[in-house]
Amino acid sequence: MSKLIINELSCQRGYNTLFSELSLSLVAGDILRVSGANGSGKTSLLKILAGLNSAESGNVSFQEHLVGSNEYQENIFYFGHLPALSPELSCQENLQYLSNLQCSHSQYQAIDALAAIGLKGYENEYAANLSAGQKRRVVLAALFISNAPIWLLDEPFTALDSDGIAALEVQISKHSANGGICILTTHQDCNLTNMRTLSL
Amino acid sequence: MSIFIQTLMRDLKMALRNPSSFLNPLLFFIIAISLFPLAISPEAHTLSNIAPGVIWVTCMLAVLLSLNALFHTDYDNGVLEQMVVSHHPLPLLLLAKTTAHWLLTGLPIVLLSPLLGAVLFLDGESIGVLMLTLLLATPSLSLIGTIGASLIVGVKNSGMLLSLLVLPLYTPILIFASSAVSQAQFNLSISAQMYFLTSIFLLSLMGSPFISALALKTSLE
Repeated sequence: MSKLIINELSCQRGYNTLFSELSLSLVAGDILRVSGANGSGKTSLLKILAGLNSAESGNVSFQEHLVGSNEYQENIFYFGHLPALSPELSCQENLQYLSNLQCSHSQYQAIDALAAIGLKGYENEYAANLSAGQKRRVVLAALFISNAPIWLLDEPFTALDSDGIAALEVQISKHSANGGICILTTHQDCNLTNMRTLSL
Repeated sequence: MSIFIQTLMRDLKMALRNPSSFLNPLLFFIIAISLFPLAISPEAHTLSNIAPGVIWVTCMLAVLLSLNALFHTDYDNGVLEQMVVSHHPLPLLLLAKTTAHWLLTGLPIVLLSPLLGAVLFLDGESIGVLMLTLLLATPSLSLIGTIGASLIVGVKNSGMLLSLLVLPLYTPILIFASSAVSQAQFNLSISAQMYFLTSIFLLSLMGSPFISALALKTSLE
């Protein structure tokens, strides 16, 4: 049974304890929305789950593999505040490299994923020439390619227009229906069924 | 295609589309060396005496100049974060970036060195030794430089700090490499220097990717 277990996690930033003894377990199909005021530790939690930051105490595991191990990292798709695009590369090259970094194998082609997220005709455009929303879309196109079971999305709706938000919501629901786990932070309302909320 | 090749090709492609990023250190290398005859003396004997030191010091400074850009853009736009999150081994990804750095900085310096050696009146045999030392030691400069660059990633205005971290580690290379070229000018044996340069290269090849990966993870937290 694929289960993401967060065990007595504590996080400290400077002199502030952001959260302590946080325990939680997520099973296939779960969507968790992390909510809280600015500075309450939403991004820190996601970074710990992605293996970018280390926690003060406690641990995180998926299928009994601890965070940081290759077996754990294989299951993670992380999308942070930064767009993760290089301005000198085209959309397609950026997306191709990003999905090679994150996924072990993909059934979806970069060019199809770009079309699906509404960037048809932009394949050869340099990322430097894209708007903020379009940059976010390129990274979100990587979600179409990804076969990672755990999605960690930090403010995925930022800078997206209403079509983009709707497309992303559909994609997240599909992921959950296919037995994936999604953890996201957002300040906006979103239309996702079977969503749990964690307040920090 | 393996992730090593993909990362290498990506870095090369990015550099070729933004050539000033790697041409600046090379231009510095050429300009600095060609100023010495003007400032010191155009006399062949004087110049060929100082040539090994001048070329090697300038080469080191040129590499140092290029190190700041190694992780800078990838850090700013978040690609570095994705590399850490990736299930691919981070040392392998960093080794690919170091290789790209050497291909864009070290290799052109090796190829330019006969010309600059001739400008400073080095004889043919010494130019051969100079190229050999550069070929053997510039990869070490890139590898050791990667450790420094990954330690200071995310620190603003870190140029001075990088020099302080990296230059002490560069000095053994400088000493052995320039003394090899000087020895060759007097037809003396250079095998001792070559052994040292080779061992420094192998040691940094084995250690640098792993140390850089650890340093990078710490810097990103």
